[in-house]
Amino acid sequence: MTIKATRRARTLPDFTTLILWGLGGISLLVILYRIFVVLTTQEELTATIWGFQLVNGLVLGGVYALIALGYTLVYGILFMINFAHGEVMMLGAYAGYFTLTYLNARGFMETNPILTLVITFVAGMLVSMLAGITLERVAYRPLRRAPRLVPLITAIGASIFLQNAALRIFGSKLRVYVKPSVIEGGFRLGESGIFVPRTGVLIFVTSILLMIGLYLLVQYTKLGKAMRAVAEDKDTAALMGIDVDRVIVQTFMLGSLLAGAAGVMLGFHNSQVNAFIGFIPGIKAFTAAVLGGIGNIPGAMFGGFFLGLAESLGPTALGIPSQYKDVIAFSLLVLVLIFRPTGLLGEVLSEKRA
Amino acid sequence: MLELKNVHTFYGHIHALKGISLTVEEGEIVTLIGSNGAGKTTTLRTISGLLAPREGEIWFEGQRIDGVSAHKITEMGIAHCPEGRKIFGRLTVRENLELGAFLRKDKDGIKQDFERVLDLFPRLRERLKQPGGTLSGGEQQMLAIGRALMSRPRILLLDEPSMGLAPILVQQIFDIIEEINAQGTTVLLVEQNARLALSIASRGYVLETGRIRLAGPAAELMDSEEVKAAYLGG
Ligand SMILES: Nc1ncnc2c1ncn2[C@@H]1O[C@H](COP(=O)(O)OP(=O)(O)OP(=O)(O)O)[C@@H](O)[C@H]1O
Ligand SMILES: [Mg+2]
Repeated sequence: MTIKATRRARTLPDFTTLILWGLGGISLLVILYRIFVVLTTQEELTATIWGFQLVNGLVLGGVYALIALGYTLVYGILFMINFAHGEVMMLGAYAGYFTLTYLNARGFMETNPILTLVITFVAGMLVSMLAGITLERVAYRPLRRAPRLVPLITAIGASIFLQNAALRIFGSKLRVYVKPSVIEGGFRLGESGIFVPRTGVLIFVTSILLMIGLYLLVQYTKLGKAMRAVAEDKDTAALMGIDVDRVIVQTFMLGSLLAGAAGVMLGFHNSQVNAFIGFIPGIKAFTAAVLGGIGNIPGAMFGGFFLGLAESLGPTALGIPSQYKDVIAFSLLVLVLIFRPTGLLGEVLSEKRA
Repeated sequence: MLELKNVHTFYGHIHALKGISLTVEEGEIVTLIGSNGAGKTTTLRTISGLLAPREGEIWFEGQRIDGVSAHKITEMGIAHCPEGRKIFGRLTVRENLELGAFLRKDKDGIKQDFERVLDLFPRLRERLKQPGGTLSGGEQQMLAIGRALMSRPRILLLDEPSMGLAPILVQQIFDIIEEINAQGTTVLLVEQNARLALSIASRGYVLETGRIRLAGPAAELMDSEEVKAAYLGG
């Protein structure tokens, strides 16, 4: 018997890797320096401002996380990026808008503000769910056996189609979300006087509750176990008696439900909705999913909050106008893709997927 | 109980099964032997619905099952323990076993079978909370067989349960297969280890490049010169 040496030979990293890491290191230093300068020179940056950004980041983060979960759930099962997911969310936002407007006109919102909120969320979630199911059925299922690039292109096509269909059906005029009085305004927190908007509280709490619900479902229910089994190995899952197609639809349903809730949240957050509101948040949530490691559920939650906070705190910390928040988000995406393609929380991509 | 009539299965253009006919009677252990690439796995995958035959018929307990989807065939009482174990590595041992009983609603029965499997494979009991992927190869094989048993199948299709196991473990697994059979489960066993397979089977089929080459009682096959030369190492 011979003992085999399994230690891997240490080789020098190749030239491009070296340059990339060099650039990464330099940018990190510049960023840290910049933050240092801002922190030491900008006296007017009070705790109130930081606190407000922090609250804002958490709220946005909750929305991103919900949308990101939809990307990650579908990717986990089909290894496909559903680029029309943002539009699924947009349809939910519209459903919320019409529900709110209707209930407001009937005077129901005045008398039952809480119930109005509940109905609005349910309506948004149901409509998104229907959109998600239809999308899977019409656009993706026929391509189940096609090369992976094909459904990806289809998804982009579906995204553009849905944007323009919404534009055509709902028109280009801005639709303003009415707010029940219970979520108007806000309050100041303790001594520091950090302003917390009531919509923010609603969004944050609802998103956390939904995430807990999703976690429990995936971890402990029969459907959750079936979903995890299908994500690992479809053939073997079928041998267990699991109807794989059905589980795939149910996965789309779940992801779309969360997107619908996120759509209503964005409606309240931005106070308006139009046909294109799905696009940028969709891509950002995708970024969040990649940040956390796509396919990874806790990763999507983490990525969502990470991105939300980076976007709201980043511009202040770097002393740049807040219009640059998108630049921060997408720079993060690029950096993560270069240095840690499996995401910050990413487990090692399993052999099968790599 | 199970009958294949002139079954042809293709992978794209590759003609993998060229007219397989075989039967398994209730209560039997039947083994399917043959060299690498003969079509043993393909036969099992065709029976369990993971592949659809292009020609031929498959009957199970009076029902025609070719072309029926895999999850429905499982529901009818056919459990397939696939080649290479295929346990769910990120799910715990307990969850793997629970998934085996995915279609069942009889809570008490499931509990009973759960205990029965853990009695057959005591090593799994200590590892219920562990992710399946962290088990050793032999333990994974036990889990795969246990998982298949959890559906309380009428017939169990086993694809190379001895693959990659130490000889002592192989003997143990075969003892357990006999025990499972004695408890009332019909078994269709695919094996590389022809001698061992024939020793526990009542009948056997020898597969060669997609065709049945020989068939007969296990003892006869064991004595046949052809089988001796090709599969029992002379
Ligand atoms: N997915 C596939 N695509 C194309 N050809 C395949 C595929 N799977 C199997 N084959 C071919 O079908 C034939 C039968 O394969 P099969 O896996 O059934 O053999 P086997 O008898 O199980 O062999 P082994 O003992 O090595 O497991 C082989 O020639 C193989 O190359
Ligand atoms: Mg095989």
